[in-house]
Amino acid sequence: MIETQDLCKNFKDKKRGLVKAVDNVSLRCQPGQIYGLLGANGAGKTTTLRMLATILTPTSGSAKVAGFDVVAQPQNVRHSVGFLSTATALYGRLSALEMVQYFGRLHGLDEGTLAQRIGEIFTRLEMNEFRDRRCEKLSTGMKQKVSIARTLVHDPPVMIFDEPTMGLDVMTARTIVAFIRECRQRGKTVIFSSHVMSEVEKLCDHIGIIHNGKILTEGTLDQLRQRYAMTDLEDIFVHVVGDGR
Amino acid sequence: MSMRNIGVVFRKELVDSLRDRRTLISMVVVPILLMPVLTIGMSALTIRLVNRARQDVPKVMILGGQDSPRTVTALKQAPGVEFVAAAENYKDEIIEKRVRAAVEIPPGFDAALESGETKKISIYYYEGEIRSQFASQALQGFFRSLRDRTVSQRMAARNIPETLLKPFDITPQNVAPPEKVGGNILGGLIPYMVILLCLTGAMYPAMDLTAGEKERGTMETILCSPISRTHLVLGKFLMVLTAALATAMLSIASMAVSFKYAKSSAGGQMADARRAAMANLTLDPKGVIAVFAMVLPIAVMFAAALLAISLFAKSFKEAQSYISPLMIVVILPAVAAMLPGIELNTRLALIPILNTSLVSKEIVTGTYHWNYIAIIFASSCVYAAIALFVAVKLFQREDVLFRA
Repeated sequence: MIETQDLCKNFKDKKRGLVKAVDNVSLRCQPGQIYGLLGANGAGKTTTLRMLATILTPTSGSAKVAGFDVVAQPQNVRHSVGFLSTATALYGRLSALEMVQYFGRLHGLDEGTLAQRIGEIFTRLEMNEFRDRRCEKLSTGMKQKVSIARTLVHDPPVMIFDEPTMGLDVMTARTIVAFIRECRQRGKTVIFSSHVMSEVEKLCDHIGIIHNGKILTEGTLDQLRQRYAMTDLEDIFVHVVGDGR
Repeated sequence: MSMRNIGVVFRKELVDSLRDRRTLISMVVVPILLMPVLTIGMSALTIRLVNRARQDVPKVMILGGQDSPRTVTALKQAPGVEFVAAAENYKDEIIEKRVRAAVEIPPGFDAALESGETKKISIYYYEGEIRSQFASQALQGFFRSLRDRTVSQRMAARNIPETLLKPFDITPQNVAPPEKVGGNILGGLIPYMVILLCLTGAMYPAMDLTAGEKERGTMETILCSPISRTHLVLGKFLMVLTAALATAMLSIASMAVSFKYAKSSAGGQMADARRAAMANLTLDPKGVIAVFAMVLPIAVMFAAALLAISLFAKSFKEAQSYISPLMIVVILPAVAAMLPGIELNTRLALIPILNTSLVSKEIVTGTYHWNYIAIIFASSCVYAAIALFVAVKLFQREDVLFRA
């Protein structure tokens, strides 16, 4: 479960002064559901998700992830979250196995549980063939699998994906999309940001359109279609964001 | 404070760094190779160059002296120089290094020697040029002995005993034990090298573990793991400290081996004082341990300061541009400690790096000023604690971690 209430994040910028990157964002995402945060570049998606992952601290407002407060209990939140974005790279000089082991240990798993969990994940994602190869030598697809394994090693109830398919080829992107669906099937709470309409349309149970740090509208795809009397999500997005300018 | 978490980060960073070629070069290759090159290589090269210069017979001009054939004839038989025809542009010839020196014999010099009149001999040479200095020394040697002979003859002619001019002898006697002489000559170099290598050994891992992580995009990956930022920075700090100390230890080990070798091989060719010093300069294990104990807080300070500075940078390149000037900040006080005449006092004991360098120089020569050692160790610990505190605090600041 993810729940935010009037979440705000301000940055000081030398040229622009005080920038409200996230402005009173309130959203709710249930277990077994995918919440899609749809917005253009710079809309505030990454900052919102980074606050949910406790990488950034909110300026004001509150957020609870898996029942833990992001400000008061950041470590509990991080234990409950798997965070994946194109910015979360791998340690090139570690092997695929070492990379996943490292994060398992950081999550406090004992060696027995860790070995068992890694055995399961590596088999499921077909990673055993390259488990001892250094991450820097892996193909993009293999790297994505290692990243997925890294987010799964502690079996978190909440998954946060920040534009996870950006810059990936079609086949690799499909692996990610399939993985996100699988998370939903397993009853995890999933929040996912993207600026690719088709992806959001295909995947998300609930959509929030974010622009200039504000959530301008939200609902299921059907609710949005009814509300704006349009069928195409892109048309809805342009309509909503156009009004918000 | 979870030692387990710090240990997990440290172990990972150690494995990661040992697989990084740049870190390996600065941590292992440089200290092992630099020391033999500096001790054996440099001294062997110097000896060789000086010997070669000595073997060359410098060309010398005699200016004037036409009316002093006796002096000129004797001079031409002086060993170690070769005489060439005088030329008007003798100064240019010396500057151009075609001729190494010139000696000007004033008119009526032979006659003046007979009559007892005083004349001035001028020797022209190129200061700082070793072959020119050898030529000048040969000429001075000739004229000194001519002067001494003339004085003896004149005194003998007047029946005056030579002791009148030489009422007593002066004999300087060294009382400093040979190991301290050795320590003074080469001992200053040891703490200097250890401090400098601590810095260079820590530099690459510090940049790699902070700015390098930002550049490669792994900073966000590690920040979303449950480890607290304090544990993260402490794990990284321990790795950088290990690199600094490993570099210093390897340099000391390499230096000990080099000295042993230098003593047996190059020793025979050295000047007497230096050879004696070298022969007695052994790296006393107690001294080495004491120097290490003194350098430890400095290494902590370097590791923490380098982490803090390079964390601020957005990329490896930016970190390098911040850290390069730091080399000068460290080298200056370390070099200052090697200058002759700089001795420890309470004020200098508070200046970081310089204080450790000075006290280590004394420790290497076997002198232990316990009061200074206490002040310096305590002050270095305070500086180290401040640097570590700043590094930990910077890791909590998102404007530093996500500087755009």
